[in-house]
Amino acid sequence: MTDPYDVIVVGAGIVGAACARACAAQGLTTLVVDAAGVGGGATAAGMGHIVVMDDSPAQLALTRRSQQLWGALAAELPSKVEFEPRGTLWVAADEEEMQEVRRKQVVYSAAGVRTEVLDAHSLAAAEPQLRPGLAGALLVPSDAVLYPPAAAAYLIHQAMDLGARMLPSQRVVAAGRGQVRMEDGSSLSASRIVNACGAGAISLLPELPIRKRRGHLLITDRYPGFVHHQLVELGYLKSAHSVAGASVAFNVQPRQTGQVLIGSSREFGEEDAAINHTLLAAMLRRAQSYLPRIGALKTIRVWTGFRAATPDKLPLIGPWPDDPSLLLATGHEGLGITTSLATGELVAAEIAGVKPEIPAQPYLPARFLDGSRAASQQGLFEEAAHD
Amino acid sequence: MTETRSTDLPSDGNSIVLSVDGVSVRVSPGCTVAAAVLMAGTPTRTSVSGEPRAPLCGMGICFECRVSIDGVPYQRSCQTLCLPGMKVTTTGAQLLP
Repeated sequence: MTDPYDVIVVGAGIVGAACARACAAQGLTTLVVDAAGVGGGATAAGMGHIVVMDDSPAQLALTRRSQQLWGALAAELPSKVEFEPRGTLWVAADEEEMQEVRRKQVVYSAAGVRTEVLDAHSLAAAEPQLRPGLAGALLVPSDAVLYPPAAAAYLIHQAMDLGARMLPSQRVVAAGRGQVRMEDGSSLSASRIVNACGAGAISLLPELPIRKRRGHLLITDRYPGFVHHQLVELGYLKSAHSVAGASVAFNVQPRQTGQVLIGSSREFGEEDAAINHTLLAAMLRRAQSYLPRIGALKTIRVWTGFRAATPDKLPLIGPWPDDPSLLLATGHEGLGITTSLATGELVAAEIAGVKPEIPAQPYLPARFLDGSRAASQQGLFEEAAHD
Repeated sequence: MTETRSTDLPSDGNSIVLSVDGVSVRVSPGCTVAAAVLMAGTPTRTSVSGEPRAPLCGMGICFECRVSIDGVPYQRSCQTLCLPGMKVTTTGAQLLP
């Protein structure tokens, strides 16, 4: 068999799309395969919040780089991507959380991210629907909102303009050792294969340290001006609102249409896309505790999606040590929309053999293969459960 | 329900007067708000892309008949019966009451 492709990207979610675009931009012959089409999985289920996060220095580096790349791309994004520089308001309920606001500002500032501390009065003026008595917030003006499936489609179109090809309607049953095998028995070969299947990556590589983490989202009818920024509580740090091992947090996003997207929930151990109504109710009560009038909004739809969670909350980006042909681009948990662009950049730099813009080391899958392989991945997650 | 009767007279046992975007409409008891909006000759809503929309299914499924009734937005007019003095508005995206 010939070796027609430099790269086959398995998965046309936003991460696979960004990888394909970056590889094609490096001049690599690139093919993308996904039976579900473009952006049909977790990409379509996610919020579309471009957000800088600082749970760890590595997470800050990846989200910051990605947010800069999105910012650079913003002017050329088609209107259907609905990119809006809304900014994030990290809402502080009390003085303890205001200390976290000030800590966060120092960290963001050191990373070159401009922020603004809002006191109680400025927060109430910025978001009049928030309940009275909140302490303030950290505004991150460079954070943004977009519509992820349309963004993924745009990245795929860009990849194709750069010479990449897309093979839809083919389910991949095996990927590795330079071969991608389809359900119909056919196979394709490539020098490098990128597994960008999100939580589905484990079906091709069961030993991956990834667990599905289900999330719920709800979207309302159009109420323009109900909220103006992406609103996220800082209170989840106290982790006070856990429901039978699952958790909810206040995370609300204004859409360009005037619709309000309401999240969020996190559950391990669920494989079913069905709605958990107990958890949904807890999620909405949490939202209502911040936005007392949100109950008056009409719901259009509720759905679930599956994040690809890793034990250390960092994605798996780079070579899989057991197979020299295989790279991973998965494990982004709730940040795949944001970090897709920097992920693509890291993957393409690795394959093309050029120096990446940010150090690749923190995201290398090899970190989970160091030391004893006998240590169970389950054990890794149990440690992570205490965070 | 006919449009020929005067809307100057108030609602009575045989007819109901309500307002659609400020225009008085007289209907028979049992008439849906969707029918009253059609009689007023206006679309029920405006889509995200700015297209005028009107009731399609008439049975509460398509949501094309959404209007604001007495300040409460996004009511399905085909599932709501007219009441005397109702104020119906058909503006597109709506604010909370």
